Amino acid sequence: MFRILLRKFSEVFLFLLFIMFVSFLFIRLAPGDPVLTILNVEELSVSQEQVEAMREEMGFNDPLFVQFGKWLLDFVRLDFGVSYSTGQPVMATLLRALPATAELTAGALLVMLLVSVPLGSLSALYRGRWIDSLSRMLAIVGAAVPSFWLGLILIDLLGVRFAHLPTMGRDGFLSLILPSLTLGLAISSVYVRLLRSSLLDSLSQEFVRSARARGLSEARIFWLHALRHSLPPVITVFGVSLGSLIGGVVVIEVLFAYPGIGKLVVDAIRQRDYPLIQGYILIMAIVVFVVNALVDLSYRYLNPEMQLKEKEAAR
Amino acid sequence: MKTMFLRTRRIRPESKSGTRKSRLQAIVAALFVLLVASASVYAFGVLKHDPTLTDLRARLLGASALHPFGTDHLGRDVLTRLLLGGGQTLGYSLLALGAALIIGIPFGLIAGYKRGRIDRLFMRVADGFLAFPDTIVAIVLSGLLGAGIGNLVLAIVIVKWVSYARLVRSTVLSESQKDYVAVARTNGLSDARIMSRHLLPHIAGNVLVLASLDLGKIILLISSLSYIGLGAQPPTPEWGAMLNDSRPYFQSRPELMVYPGLAIVSTVLLANMLGDVLRDRFDVKKEAQP
Repeated sequence: MFRILLRKFSEVFLFLLFIMFVSFLFIRLAPGDPVLTILNVEELSVSQEQVEAMREEMGFNDPLFVQFGKWLLDFVRLDFGVSYSTGQPVMATLLRALPATAELTAGALLVMLLVSVPLGSLSALYRGRWIDSLSRMLAIVGAAVPSFWLGLILIDLLGVRFAHLPTMGRDGFLSLILPSLTLGLAISSVYVRLLRSSLLDSLSQEFVRSARARGLSEARIFWLHALRHSLPPVITVFGVSLGSLIGGVVVIEVLFAYPGIGKLVVDAIRQRDYPLIQGYILIMAIVVFVVNALVDLSYRYLNPEMQLKEKEAAR
Repeated sequence: MKTMFLRTRRIRPESKSGTRKSRLQAIVAALFVLLVASASVYAFGVLKHDPTLTDLRARLLGASALHPFGTDHLGRDVLTRLLLGGGQTLGYSLLALGAALIIGIPFGLIAGYKRGRIDRLFMRVADGFLAFPDTIVAIVLSGLLGAGIGNLVLAIVIVKWVSYARLVRSTVLSESQKDYVAVARTNGLSDARIMSRHLLPHIAGNVLVLASLDLGKIILLISSLSYIGLGAQPPTPEWGAMLNDSRPYFQSRPELMVYPGLAIVSTVLLANMLGDVLRDRFDVKKEAQP
């Protein structure tokens, strides 16, 4: 297990280094002078001397390899310097926005669970009945609806017409409802069908029959045996589609003007604020690595067969 | 020499249960294409609007014979922009997909057929790419390169080619065990010929299915990123960008929100249906098993 984690970590780390190096090159080679960008953000008329002074101060006049050495040193110390647009330290800015994004993601996952567990279970238990057809229809349409459009519709319905939920910013629990609902609904279409097919598979297995023969109640069989056995494929897909979840968070945060890490990076991209983008990449790499590790660990907890297979594979 | 070796022809399994469903899907798809075609004939042949010409006297008009879907906040004809937007979104998605295929297929063929050191090197690169979720890479790359539709397409290609190369590689690994490859080899065919004439037709089905299933996702990605301003830039008539443009006017003109959204949904639905039909036809699941 440890070896697998180590290998995963090295893969993520190598790719991170690659992305960081590419972004370093872009900062230096990209069209659009970052010095001018910074000065323009402050919307002052600037003289040539000021530009030169700033260039010197930020080290853009050093040879490229000196710049790269400095940058590498900072990278090892997890120091990405200050944001071009605000002048604040990058890491502090990102970490301040992280709780907001964590709240939104947690809310979305809660909505996803509240939608997909009942709907998926009911479509498996009542296979071929109307609830099953309904969930199939929802899954097909849900896979085609862009999350931002769903958000616009929800804003129109729940923010304006039939209720007055907050549609912008982050101000208490109410402002969390619409963004979480949008993102949760957008991702749940996959999980409803997945849970259904996984449940159908485990309900037809021997252990369910033997549990029935032992006289366990249907509720106990379902919750304690069948559902638990159906989770690994669902968790696998969760791990694989983590990226689209993070991407979804970015879109939803922009849509609802929600001050999280995703909105921060989109603003940074618009302003060519490269240090902030680099910091974002690093934080996402850490998130991806941690979630993947948790997914791997959960398999072993949910399915003891995995441990046996792993041992065989290692032989 | 040509008649010396047998030509293996793939046998297509008849799908039994899916025929009625796929016929229905084909009819729906045909109707939709017909609808779009007649609408574009009407828009381009009869109305002849300029999609980017602003006319502030004609802003936010309702539906009329001249503007069947009304006009937007700058007085531009909505139907014309919708139809051109379809060309934009679909065109760029297909471009990204095509480029990913052109890069991915040769890499996969060579890695799977030659094996050895090339293969190991390729797998390391692929693992590195796949270690990071592709949506984030697309966002970040398009951010580093600068917001714009061209850079977004480039980012999608950089992200996507790996998955095709991997699919081709794994299919080639199992295909090259088969007799027809051995026959071709004993007949003294060059590696390039075996790869292009004998292996390529056998992997085409799998690749086509994956590509058609990816098409919907790419369309969604392009329109989402255009909505948040990282894709197509105004005044380009792209569906996501159109939704962003007209957001302040949704209260008074909800149609401006409905049309582009429905356009995206129906296009992605059709792309996904196409993927399902192709998957049934090529019977990918069965073929993946040895």
